[in-house]
Amino acid sequence: MTDLTALDASELAGRIHAREVSAVEVTQAHLDRIDQVDGEYHAFLHVSGANALVAAKEVDDALSAGESPASALAGVPLALKDVFTTTDMPTTCASKMLEGWISPYDAAVTSKLRSAGIPLLGKTNMDEFAMGSSTENSAYGPTKNPWDTTRIPGGSGGGSAAALASRQAPLAIGTDTGGSIRQPAALTGTVGTKPTYGTVSRYGLIACASSLDQGGPCGRTVLDTALLHDVIAGHDPRDSTSVDVEVASMVAAARAGANGDLTGVRVGIVKELHSDSYQPGVISSFDAAVATLTSLGAEVVEVSCPNFVHALAAYYLILPSEVSSNLARFDGMRYGARAGDDGTHSADQVMAITRAKGFGAEVKRRIMIGTYALSAGYYDEYYGQALKVRTLIARDFDRAYEQVDVLVSPTTPTTAFPLGDKVDDPIAMYLNDLCTLPTNLAGHCAMSVPSGLASEDALPVGLQIMAPAFADDRLYRVGAAYESARGPLR
Amino acid sequence: MCGSFDTCVKGVYAVPDISRDEVAHLARLSRLALSEAELDEFAGQLDSILHHVKAVAEVAADEVPPTANPGAIANVTRPDVIVPGLTPLQALSGAPNAEDDRFAVPQILGESE
Repeated sequence: MTDLTALDASELAGRIHAREVSAVEVTQAHLDRIDQVDGEYHAFLHVSGANALVAAKEVDDALSAGESPASALAGVPLALKDVFTTTDMPTTCASKMLEGWISPYDAAVTSKLRSAGIPLLGKTNMDEFAMGSSTENSAYGPTKNPWDTTRIPGGSGGGSAAALASRQAPLAIGTDTGGSIRQPAALTGTVGTKPTYGTVSRYGLIACASSLDQGGPCGRTVLDTALLHDVIAGHDPRDSTSVDVEVASMVAAARAGANGDLTGVRVGIVKELHSDSYQPGVISSFDAAVATLTSLGAEVVEVSCPNFVHALAAYYLILPSEVSSNLARFDGMRYGARAGDDGTHSADQVMAITRAKGFGAEVKRRIMIGTYALSAGYYDEYYGQALKVRTLIARDFDRAYEQVDVLVSPTTPTTAFPLGDKVDDPIAMYLNDLCTLPTNLAGHCAMSVPSGLASEDALPVGLQIMAPAFADDRLYRVGAAYESARGPLR
Repeated sequence: MCGSFDTCVKGVYAVPDISRDEVAHLARLSRLALSEAELDEFAGQLDSILHHVKAVAEVAADEVPPTANPGAIANVTRPDVIVPGLTPLQALSGAPNAEDDRFAVPQILGESE
């Protein structure tokens, strides 16, 4: 019998909808796989077997009754990052602050997945409140990279990426504030898209940095990722930054791209995101990917985005500033943990004790940096100036997109690094996001698609494809064309 | 300047951008009751982070308008009609302590206030 966990989501959906296999069987196969291997990888913080099987049974029953599938992915199970609220599972953001907390409402993304008939296998591990690039900042222990369990899977969405790479789930959802979908995808040989800001609702996505956060789809193939993208995108009046525009079908773009013809597509290599200081195997994989794009008919040119060199500094002022404001809500008064409430402390002291106990080191660092950057006397110099640099970065993108349709770069400067390597050095950790965060600052879209393995360590490398706001379909066309020409990863 | 992968890692500097006392003050402003050991650890780390991020000040951007949010939307409104929200029971379901349909919190005012 076929191992159902080895099949892509699109293949599974086809078989389920043709009644060749039931959604219950597919879901059970993945729950069994989680049972067998997740002790080693720790991709999940919570597994919801019974609820997933109920949702799968509903899909089977509807199909038995002759109804058409609720969506193109109905019956295909999914792993959800533990930053989206769910009424039937805890939502912890991998923090002690929210240990065991059950939300009274579902996130918009959660609701869309449920309506699409997608069974939720469970909630995946992440860096606490999505702050980190290795999943080592989880209060519940790190996730291991399925390619090499002594290495990190990337972060913050390391759990979702590892679940895909280890065949514990055929689909996953992540969030990308500075690269938290794309960097883990690159480091685990999977695909992940950060959609255009405002095109996937943030309602019920627990905020890290509101002007940067964006939920998005993760899969093992470009087509699977496109199928999931189409399920979760769309306007939501409950998110005031949700944009009410018609977006193109990502699935149509992926299918068009899969024919492998990129004639007439203009591709720009970002000069500032290509350096001798990157790992040599990453650069050679990237250069080979560019050669492939050229062979498919794309017209490749080099473009310069001079202000990208300031992106890291601007990002690590803007993000902590928003974090310090957003995480003020975790005060131990209305939900979540409370510590020190023994009758001897004031509310003010209980808040400070609760927050010191409930938050991990990276969250505390970012709250304090943000508090500093927003404080009187430093506001203009730090936060205000960072917002101006953000404008300059967006202008660089605008100029580049006058010349080209998409931009490309390596997704990360290196392959997956060993667990513990950078955990005490915040700056070294932040450098993982060098190539991904300009897209978040500008509110544009980008995808990471595997470009093979690095020659020196045989670990996955990601090709980043970037496109202007609301041109997410270009990512799928180029990504699918590249994927079809690339061949198998190993 | 924290622009490229190598110069950033190798950045060397002598004068601290932020002192341990200032970090303690930030912790108070941030409502974080940090231990002495945490203050020791964070003082050096925050100094290192600030040293790198302050590079934004070197960018010539006086005439550049700030971008606080990349979305172009402003003043989103909805029809002024009542829509269902959380019930008191739902809203209080995650409360550390609740009484009479309210959040119960520790004492807010001092004895003399």
